[in-house]
Parts: sequence; C-alpha cells; structure tokens
Amino acid sequence: MTDQQKGISRRGLLGAAGAAVATGVAGYAAHSVISNEESHAADTTGPVEFYGEHQAGIVTPAQDRLHFATFDVTTDKRDAVIALLKEWTAAAALMTAGRDIGQYGAVNGPAEAPPEDTGEAVGLPPARLTLTIGFGPSFFQDAKGNDRFGLKTKRPKALVDLPHFIGDNLDPARSGGDIAVQACSDDPQVAVHAIRNLARIGFGTTAVRYSQLGFGRTSSTSRAQTTPRNLFGFKDGTNNLKLEDTAKLEDQLWVQPEDGPDWMVGGSYLVSRRIRMTIETWDRTSLSEQETIVGRGKGTGAPLGKSDEFDAIDFEAKGNDGTPKVATDAHIRLAHPQFNNGAELLRRGYNFVDGSDGLGRLDAGLFFLAYQRDPRKQFIPIQNQLARSDVLNEYIRHVGSGIFACPGGVPAGSFWGERLFS
Amino acid sequence: MNPITTRRGLAAGAVLLLAALAGCAEDTPAAAPGDTTGPVAVKASDDGCDLSRRDVKSGTSTFSVSNGGSKVTEFYVYAEGDRVMGEVENIGPGLKRDLIVELPTGKYQAVCKPGMIGDGIRGELTVTGDAAAQVDTDTALKDATVSYQRYVNSQAIALEEKTTEFVTAVKAGDVAKAKELFPISRTYWERIEPVAESFGDLDPKIDARVNDVEPGTEWTGYHRIEQALWEKNTTAGMAKYADQLLVDVKTVVSKAKTVQLNPLQLANGAKELLDEVATGKITGEEDRYSHTDLWDFQANVEGSQAAIQALRPALQQRDAALVTTLDTNFKAVFAAVDKYRVGDGFKPYQPTADERKQLGIVVDALAEPVSKVAGVIAKK
Repeated sequence: MTDQQKGISRRGLLGAAGAAVATGVAGYAAHSVISNEESHAADTTGPVEFYGEHQAGIVTPAQDRLHFATFDVTTDKRDAVIALLKEWTAAAALMTAGRDIGQYGAVNGPAEAPPEDTGEAVGLPPARLTLTIGFGPSFFQDAKGNDRFGLKTKRPKALVDLPHFIGDNLDPARSGGDIAVQACSDDPQVAVHAIRNLARIGFGTTAVRYSQLGFGRTSSTSRAQTTPRNLFGFKDGTNNLKLEDTAKLEDQLWVQPEDGPDWMVGGSYLVSRRIRMTIETWDRTSLSEQETIVGRGKGTGAPLGKSDEFDAIDFEAKGNDGTPKVATDAHIRLAHPQFNNGAELLRRGYNFVDGSDGLGRLDAGLFFLAYQRDPRKQFIPIQNQLARSDVLNEYIRHVGSGIFACPGGVPAGSFWGERLFS
Repeated sequence: MNPITTRRGLAAGAVLLLAALAGCAEDTPAAAPGDTTGPVAVKASDDGCDLSRRDVKSGTSTFSVSNGGSKVTEFYVYAEGDRVMGEVENIGPGLKRDLIVELPTGKYQAVCKPGMIGDGIRGELTVTGDAAAQVDTDTALKDATVSYQRYVNSQAIALEEKTTEFVTAVKAGDVAKAKELFPISRTYWERIEPVAESFGDLDPKIDARVNDVEPGTEWTGYHRIEQALWEKNTTAGMAKYADQLLVDVKTVVSKAKTVQLNPLQLANGAKELLDEVATGKITGEEDRYSHTDLWDFQANVEGSQAAIQALRPALQQRDAALVTTLDTNFKAVFAAVDKYRVGDGFKPYQPTADERKQLGIVVDALAEPVSKVAGVIAKK
C-alpha cells in the first residue's frame, strides 16, 4: 500500500494482498430453527423468540431502544421480493438470537470477500432484539393504482391511506414506505446493526426510505414495567394496553379470523408518526399549565384530582370553581377510550433527539408507534379528535407518518409474508 | 484536431498497433472480395459502423478502422457481457487505426462508439474455426490479467493523447476548446483510476479537488484548470499547471503500461471504481465548477465493467448467478445515466435530491454484487 500524501486517502490497489485462502462464499446460509429460550422482561440481555403465533416486538415488554426504518421496493419482480423476504427472515432469526448473519458471519469468512455480517454486534448479547415487519399501502399498489406484485386484491380493507389530520405538516421524505421494519433492543448498537444488515441485504431490491433512532421507550407494554417519561417530562402510557390483558388484546390489537384477510390473522396494524415537540416553548410553560394540558400531575403521573398514577380517572370531578378537574380539552380526556367509543391502542413509541434544527433548538420529539386491530376504528378517529381539540397541539407537530399491515407471526420454517404471497 | 503521437514501444504481450502519425493513415491492404483471411476494413462514421465482412477465422485478426465521420470514435470487439477482447480509442476524424486481436471461435460484437458515448453502434461478428477450447478457471484467470492489461494500455495511450490536446488548448488560450476537451480527457483517466491511484503522489497532483490539498502544498491538476475555465472563463495563469499536468499524466501512463493486475486486484479495482461513483460522483463534488461529473460517472462504471468482464469466463464457471446479476445491474446503471444524455455528452450535473437518490439506488444495487466478486475469484 502506497503511503498517500497530500490529504487524499483513497486506497491504491496494488498493495492489496493476493493470497487466496477462501474455501467458498455462499449467500446467506439457510437458517436452522433456533431453540426456544424463555425471555423475561427483566432480563435485558437474553434473546426474544423470533418465531411464534404473533410477531415479536408488539407485546414484547418494550425495550429501551429503537431503530425504525422504512424501505421502498426498487424492483418490479415479485420473485425478487419473495427471495429478499426469505433472506431477511433468516437474518432476522439469527440476529435476534444474538448471532452473526450468513454462513461465516463477521470475521470467519474468506479474507478476500467482504464479511457477510457488518460486525458491530460481535461480542454483544442478543439484548432482547426484536424485528417486526409491516407492509404499507404502496406495497400493494403504486400511486397510479397499478398492481405491483400481484397483491392488489390482498390489500386489507383496514390498511387505508391515512387521511389528512388538522395541523399535519408531513415531510414526504419521512413518510410512507413500502415496507417497515421496527428493530427494538435494550442495546442501541444491536438495533442499529439489525437494520443496517437488512438494508445491505436489500440493495438491488429495496432502498432505505428513511430511518429513525429512538431512545427511552415512552410506553410500557407490561405491568412488570414502570411507566417511562416522554420529553415533556410526563409519564406516558399509563393506560396503555398491556400484554397481560389477553382478552383485551384479542379485541383491540390482534386481527381476528372474521376480520380477514387470512394472511393478516394474528397480525396487527401499525401507525407510525414522527411528532416533533417544541420543547423550548413547553419548558417556558408553568407547571400548573403543563399539568392542565396533559391532565396528570407531573411528579406522580396521577390523574388530576387523584394521588396515584394508576387511579381511575374521574372525568366528572369538579374543582371549587366548578370546572372539571381534568379539563375538557386535556390530552388524557380526548385520548381516553371513554370518549373514543372504547377504542384503545398499544403504544410503543420512543423519544428522539436528532441533533438540532439550525435555529438554536433541539430537533426533538416522540416517534409514536401504535398497534391496533383496525385503524379505521382506532387511530384515525382518536387522532381526528386530538387534532381538532387537544391543547397539546400548541407544542407538537406531526411531521412524519406511516401505516403498515404487520402480518401474523412466523412459524418455524416459514418466512415474513409467506401467507401474503401464497 | 491534431494529436501529437509518436510510435510507442508497447508492453510485451500487448496486441495493439497504432498508426505512426495521426492525420496520415497508413494503408492497410484492402481485403479482396471473398477473402476471409485478410484484414477487416471497418468504416466508422457518425452514424455507421460498416465491416467489410462479419466472419473471420479463429486466431489473430486485424481490423482496419477508418473514421469518416466528424466525431472522435472508438472501436471495440466485445465478447458476451461486453467483455473487451480488444479496442482502439481516440480515432479522430479522418484517421485510420488498426486493431490486431486474437479471437477464439465464438460470437462477438463489433462496436463503434462515435463521440465515445453510450452503447455504440453494434453488429455481429462471427469467429469460426476449431471448436472453442474449454478453458479451465486458472487459465481464464490468467487471461483476465492479460486482457485487462490490454485495456489499461489502450486507455493510457488515449489519456496521454487527449490530455495533450487539452493542455495545448489551455496554453493556446482557447477556452472553448479546453472546456470541450476537459471531460473527454478525464474519461480515460476515470476508466483506469484505481490503477492511476496506485502510484502514490501522482493522483493528488493530477486529480485533487481544492479541499483535498494539504495546507502548504500547491493545488495542481485538472481541477485547478477546471476552476479557471468555468469560474473565471479564462486560461490566464494556467500554462504552468497545464505543463505540469501533462508531465504527471505521462508518468502515470508510462507506469500504467507496465502494471499487471492479478485477478483479485481486478475485482477490488472494480469495486473501488464504484466506491468513487457512490461517494464522489453522485454528490457532484468531483467537477464542481464544470458540472461534468456524469462523464466521470460513466467512465468509472465503464472501467469497473471492463475489469469485471475480464474475469467473466472464470466467474461464469464459479458463480453463474452472480454473472447474471452483474449484467442486469450494470445495464440498469447505464440506463440511469443515459437519461442525462444530450447529444454526445451529458446535461450539466446539478441534480435534484430525488435524481441523486435514484442514481444512488442503482449504483448501490450494482456495488453490492461487485463487492462479492473478489471472494468468488479467491475460491480455491
């Protein structure tokens, strides 16, 4: 290798080693079923089972970190998409088990070939990595309504194009996507590694449309977890659907056989929203006004007029001046099932701070992720009501959006989306 | 145009002969009708590529290419997948040059590229004779080295010729001519960039962008002159940089002619050329004053393809599926660049974010399988 001067560090190739030691480079190795290990919410290093009735990463006790990405499919060949989904599934099963992808992994392959696995997760535990896939409306038909992969008739009725909500200020480059993959882990490097390797496998078939890092889960999905805080400093997700509420999950979260289509049974619909928070103006707001806007005490997380976080909200309670203790336009009232025909969501959002905005403020907010059985009855009416009346809108702006059909779980030996393509 | 050429001693093993003096073509005996052994006369023009016959005997053939058009042309003999069996570059209007090339039995394409652009004008060429020898992989890999050396050699010769023309225009104060020749002379540089880069300091002296220059070191080379031509519309003060550029290019050329790349270096060079595209060309930072980046882009990809296709017979034996993918994805990249063609050149490269993204997608799709070639070649 010639020593490069003059500040140019392009590599010459004459110094490249020429010795060949390879015994063969295969594609991504076929995957053998990984043994089922039990995982516990408290164990932040162990693996989460990839295969099962439902996709992991939905009711899995929410991990601390997120790397979410959506992909545009760049091929028009159905077979290429199927081949990619098979490769992705094999890689996802290996990575969630805490293993390198490919036949040789990150460091044991032939010296002359690029490593199959990018390597930054070598030596890290599985860290409860989950990978969850969803298909957007544009996967089924393009903007002109053309059937892209012979799947137009398989598009679920519930997978609607989201309507415009009052106040939406969506950036097309941060919205939509043919395929979404949600990677959650207790280790940010494990989550990043997962998306990075899927993106690499996808070159030629898919291209990353956008990706989002998130930290500090803003919801608990299990009673074993404490309720975390969002960047407004408030506990978020107190009344979230929890994995322990199995009957409620069937009613609110999982697509049922009578809902159809068949390939979605046991699956769920994901709505993602990148919600920018103007935290600087929020921070100048008095404590009492912050609490009035949200409807909870900032310290305890208790509904106004109550003392404990998990006390039932009393929407009728009036203060001495005769006004409701939980204001009529408070966030928790407008979002509550009682005022939304009983509709609930399984929220799984994350905080984000993507540097600063060039105006001396942090580009910060909530990357909102919500799973549900039918967005037409859940997210859309709830968000319509919030967009119209929620006082919190003064401090938030929806700048990115997506909706995805996340199929049921992957049985061992199957692959992501197999039932959709069959 | 009047390129100054002298008869060059060619590296051993090269099978290229050049006309002694540009501008006065040597007479090649014309083939008698029905003759299947003499030289093939190729009449190249701005819209034609006529061969006196389209079948030759296996072994060594001579193609006498005369350019009756108004544009500089190139002549290639391609095997399947555009594998370069032999080529002559930089045949100016009114010039004649010979290509002497050894061709085994099989189907080929004879291609003229008026204006050095695009797919060229293609026709069939059939080589008959003994049944094509089944070449084992080791031999195929050895052939790859020889074949790519031929390619580098002819690119290097054209690089020197065209840079000489460019430098002459700069020193004559002919801004328009210099602007026209800038992207064309760079084409030959960009096609063999990884080879050129392997000679240490020469690459920065020839091809540094202003931000590549170490404090205390003078900025020289193509881009220094590019800035004067496009930003100030002048050649004033550029004579010394033009002289230096030619000296440096000649040094590269003399070294390049003797370089023998082993198959792994070919594979890695092909990958590096695409790295250049992905990091330097798509962003538009290469030719930031002239916006002629697409010439460089196209040339990088052509150079990458030449290196990969030299390996084709060996790759075909070891991983036929990869060859198919590579063919498809090279096509897709060329198709994406073709959208920017205007006449014999390209639109100034000032892409929208979406255009840049679309180019990035096809380059990534190609670069990933190209990165796998070295591993396949290294297999024992």
